[in-house]
Amino acid sequence: MFLIDCPYCGPREETEFSYGHEAHVHRPAGAAAEKLSDAEWADYLFMRKNPKGVHLERWVHTHGCRRWFNAARNTHSNEILAIYRVGEKPPKGLAQ
Amino acid sequence: MVESYRQQSPLDHLALTTHPARHADDAGLILGQRSFMELINLRGDANRSDFTDAVRHAVKIDLPISANTAAGKLAGPHILWLGPDEWLIVAKPGSGERMATALRNALAGQHAAVTETGQSRTCIMIGGSHARDVLAKGCALDLHPSAFGAGQCAQTLLAKAGVILHLPLAPKGAEPMFEIHVLRSFAAYLWAWLEDAAQEYGLRVDI
Amino acid sequence: MTKQFRLPEGGRIDRERRLGFSFNGRAFRGYAGDTLASALLANGVHLVGRSFKYHRPRGIFSAGSEEPNALVQLERGERTIANLLATRIPLYDGLTATSVNCWPSPEFDLMAVNGLFHRIFPAGFYYKTFMWPVSGWKLYEYFIRRAAGLGRAPEHPDPDTYDKMNTHADVVVVGAGPAGLQAALAAGRAGARVLICDEQTEFGGQLLNERAEIDGLPAFEWVAAAESELAAMPDVRLLKHTTAFGHYDHNFVALIETRAAKISDGEGKTRQRLWRVRAKRVVLATGAIERPLIFSDNDRPGVMLAGAARTYVNRYAVRPGSRAVLFTNNDDAYRTALDLKAAGISVPAVIDVRHAPGGELPAKVMAAGIEVIERSAIVGVEGTRRVKAIEVMKMNDAGSGVTGKPRRIECDLIACSGGWNPVVHLHSHAGGKNVWRDDFGIFVPGPTVQASAAAGAANGSFSLQACLDQGAQAGAEAIKLIGFTPAKASQPRATNDPTEEPWRNLWLIPSTRPTGERGKHFLDQQNDVTAADIELAIREGYRSVEHAKRYTTLGMATDQGKTGNIPGHAILAKALGQDIPATGTTTFRPPYTPVTMGAVAGRMVDQFFDPARRTPMHAWHESAGCKWEDVGQWKRPWYYPKPGESMDDAVSRECLTVRNAVGILDATTLGKIDIQGPDAAEFLNRVYTNAWSKLSPGRCRYGLMLRDDGMIFDDGVTSCLAENHYLMTTTSGGAARVLAWLEEWLQTEWPELKVYLTSVTEQYATLSLAGPNARALLGELTADIDLSPDTFPFMSWRTGTVGGVPARVFRISFTGESAYEINVPASAGAALWTDVMHAGEKHGITPYGTEAMHVLRAEKGFIIAGQETDGSVTPYDLGMDWIVSAKKPDFIGKRSLQRADCMRVDRKQLVGLLPKNPTDLLPEGGQIVKEVLKSPPMPMLGHVTSSYRSATLGRTFALALVKSGRERIGQTVHVPLEDRSIACDIVNPVFYDPDGSRLNG
Ligand SMILES: [Zn+2]
Repeated sequence: MFLIDCPYCGPREETEFSYGHEAHVHRPAGAAAEKLSDAEWADYLFMRKNPKGVHLERWVHTHGCRRWFNAARNTHSNEILAIYRVGEKPPKGLAQ
Repeated sequence: MVESYRQQSPLDHLALTTHPARHADDAGLILGQRSFMELINLRGDANRSDFTDAVRHAVKIDLPISANTAAGKLAGPHILWLGPDEWLIVAKPGSGERMATALRNALAGQHAAVTETGQSRTCIMIGGSHARDVLAKGCALDLHPSAFGAGQCAQTLLAKAGVILHLPLAPKGAEPMFEIHVLRSFAAYLWAWLEDAAQEYGLRVDI
Repeated sequence: MTKQFRLPEGGRIDRERRLGFSFNGRAFRGYAGDTLASALLANGVHLVGRSFKYHRPRGIFSAGSEEPNALVQLERGERTIANLLATRIPLYDGLTATSVNCWPSPEFDLMAVNGLFHRIFPAGFYYKTFMWPVSGWKLYEYFIRRAAGLGRAPEHPDPDTYDKMNTHADVVVVGAGPAGLQAALAAGRAGARVLICDEQTEFGGQLLNERAEIDGLPAFEWVAAAESELAAMPDVRLLKHTTAFGHYDHNFVALIETRAAKISDGEGKTRQRLWRVRAKRVVLATGAIERPLIFSDNDRPGVMLAGAARTYVNRYAVRPGSRAVLFTNNDDAYRTALDLKAAGISVPAVIDVRHAPGGELPAKVMAAGIEVIERSAIVGVEGTRRVKAIEVMKMNDAGSGVTGKPRRIECDLIACSGGWNPVVHLHSHAGGKNVWRDDFGIFVPGPTVQASAAAGAANGSFSLQACLDQGAQAGAEAIKLIGFTPAKASQPRATNDPTEEPWRNLWLIPSTRPTGERGKHFLDQQNDVTAADIELAIREGYRSVEHAKRYTTLGMATDQGKTGNIPGHAILAKALGQDIPATGTTTFRPPYTPVTMGAVAGRMVDQFFDPARRTPMHAWHESAGCKWEDVGQWKRPWYYPKPGESMDDAVSRECLTVRNAVGILDATTLGKIDIQGPDAAEFLNRVYTNAWSKLSPGRCRYGLMLRDDGMIFDDGVTSCLAENHYLMTTTSGGAARVLAWLEEWLQTEWPELKVYLTSVTEQYATLSLAGPNARALLGELTADIDLSPDTFPFMSWRTGTVGGVPARVFRISFTGESAYEINVPASAGAALWTDVMHAGEKHGITPYGTEAMHVLRAEKGFIIAGQETDGSVTPYDLGMDWIVSAKKPDFIGKRSLQRADCMRVDRKQLVGLLPKNPTDLLPEGGQIVKEVLKSPPMPMLGHVTSSYRSATLGRTFALALVKSGRERIGQTVHVPLEDRSIACDIVNPVFYDPDGSRLNG
């Protein structure tokens, strides 16, 4: 049972949150998307990292402030190494 | 505004005024309901002084900027912090429309949102010496007085209902009571859950 | 209870409170303070069950949670609990228990014949014996379950209640022995919030079992003082009879508290409470579990752990035997020899595997006149239902064999000790590594990612003084790390704490024959795993400890091998020619001891299992006798049967009334999202497939949302309330999901858009009036809304007063009839509903439920997201090309609609189905084939998504997704069922009023 430090509300139990998916996936929009081949678009759409170790991921504080944020979590130990806001870069040393 | 005789709270079907625990002595837990409270959901950018000024002008309270805190005086309206750009204004029945209009006027031209949500929820009051124990049965927040004292609020889960929990300041000598703002569709569920959780401490219903 | 087995004085039992109980149908007496195990021993009962595979007679082996044998079925009927440990059941008056694994009684067990044919039960016997044929499994399973015994689940609902409690602490101390109490004192004195728990009904841990002294006084007195000091601290919580059964991520600790003295009964309060504890720091003072010596026939009743024998004497004033020998590899067992002798039990000898044991304790034993037989082994045990005598032989220097003549010693108790294993389970649960200490031959807690530390015996420090010191230190360290300053206090001294000499770890005690011949060396008594089984597994090629464990089932019984695992791993390592750390240990997983399902559920049962969400009109529906449909957590009226009506009757009547007069539906559950901000229209453009820029205030528009993979996600009507202000509706089940989804896009992908979203689902009660009389009825209830179709056309909204209540009225329709959705403040919903019903009487109004709504919309070919769609359906598949904008530069899902796979012509498309026989009702989910073959497989064309009887059409009809469906209109297909097949025509999916004249009228 995780204790997740919402960047807005502070530490709250995992049950208040929902996991989103991998963070920092760039979404090609509009004309940029039109230019992509189906394979390239599928790569954006479907392919995700699944590391043993640090994973940069998106969570939302569903039963709290409803804000989305990023977390760097070690998928092996479940240690949360950093929490940072949407739009921010992952802390040094944790970027993938 | 709806004329009061046409209004029903989501707990009306429970006939709480005839509840067997209406006048129980030595109860460790007190439950009550404050229905038809006015609620205004407010969105805006707290970093902009024109926004905070406008709110102060319309509500006469400084917007709480610290997470999980509430602002307001004993008797008057309160503003609860809900998120980095979201607040809940809690005011007594009948004052909502006027306050919402005042806010909209004060915020005219700004990117802000004023949404009346008082009809969405009812307010269950919970007090008594075991109030924190009963809440702790269904809420994972740290409810120790040093961690959740008067003037604090939180959006969280209580049993399986999302709630806005607020411990207002109590007048001297009065027992503080938590306010649980719960969506009206969940109110009957939550009331039943609270009554059940209160059993071992003895329950009094104060309506 | 006889004087023969109960000591005349001493022990922590209350001799004033005599309790009666029954075991295997026989009546006994014990005292308050006894466990079931101690009370049985006080009555001379050693034999408590039969083993799992061989049905060998088994006796009480331990005095705690490590007990492998004394599993009982407590009580009968609805309150029965299976597989409780007799060593952990506090005795109460009227207790009834039976052995779990013997029939008809442990003294006479019909299955014991298995023991004679033990060669059919070698290691891996499940795999070998029950491999073939597969069809035999039903029989095998019956046989295995029957033979295995191991308790019965109750057949009726548990009448007791259980609950949960969340709490937070600066320091959680697990275990209230000397180390735990010291840690709690250190933290509590500094002002920290402390929770200390212990699985026993009293604090004190091992001190409860010992004749130990602290500061010159009996250790109990120090325990009592420590406990009262802790109890007086305001922020210290003391939980007895509470097992920390799991340690999880981020220092979450789960405890189970047994709250009633009768653990089979709640006694008016919750029987057990599951504590969910979040700790800043955890101190694991979980102590150690004694391990046995693995000698031939070491499972006979009368063989017991040496510490347990001492516990029965000291704590319960019970004589576990009349003539005891000790068999040991360490000095601690000599304490037992002294304590037994002091209790008047004859102790002819201590047999020590070590050469010339010479520590303080052996010296005391020798001084007490007890013979010490050094460098020797028990090579045989006489007696099957109770030990009668042993044979002892000298060992060679290596301890690998025995020499000389066997010596016979008569005894009825063998108290053995192979050292102590730190209880590292909790440390291991949360990802902690264990490290091998060669000096003792034990695993101790190593590095962990949790904010926790072990102290005392749990950390491999076994002397009382070390436990006291380490506990204090661990408590002080814990609070320092979270910002407290330790308070100064005088520290207790253990005053009779002799130093001990090293152990000699001899994992397999040699006998006169090869391992496994005649006598058995048991490692896991509950699963009947012997040393020979491990050696066989190695010969058969198992190398990894995890594989060998599963193959032999070592450590996989309910006790998780608390006593025999380490010797088992050591024997495995030796057979593999490796050292123990290289061989590894298995990972311990929660729970430490079994947890009742009731406690896991807590109060989340029955009405609390899932909230039933009620609309403001719920009570009206209930009194109208509606049948309910669960839609997500909402309770929605399904249909309102009149007396004597079947469901079909009621739904037909409701449908026809809507088509011919007027119906009213409670549509409150539709999700409603308030959207405000200068970029609101642009936001709608991006999340819906169609264009929104031109929607003006007063107008409504239907929208379809896709996921970015192009598949339909949700749909609904959005209205423009004012410039930059919209009200979106979503499906009832999708409200929360859609809002979270919109927020994600807004917050993460388009933070530049100035838009605020607020849920207003419950702000309004929604009453939907539909039917040709809807306008006339509404006209009677409002004076200030002009309802003429020209000024209030389809797909627009107006505000005004309806029935005296401020209302927003939307002219939208899901039935195909002229319809109005009235939104009023939720608190007025019930009052208005009643008024509408009164006013509607002369218009022929009926309330209608979700079933009629579904029929009506399906007749019009309107989809339901989640029924016609399943996450693999595009707008094109539904023939909704008209709603997909080609002009917008982007919207969610746009690029995906151009993927080759989404453009395939043979995708499943929405069509209508009309069964050839108009009374045949297709089952929803039914598979559609072109032709029916004799047997599957048949190429499948698609499936039925919605299917109803239509009173309006006078026949059955269905919607379906069919490969290249639109091309197949006019063709015949079949839906094969178990006993027949239904032939249908593929038709256009709009069955009623295809030009929409009723809708607009
Ligand atoms: Zn938050």
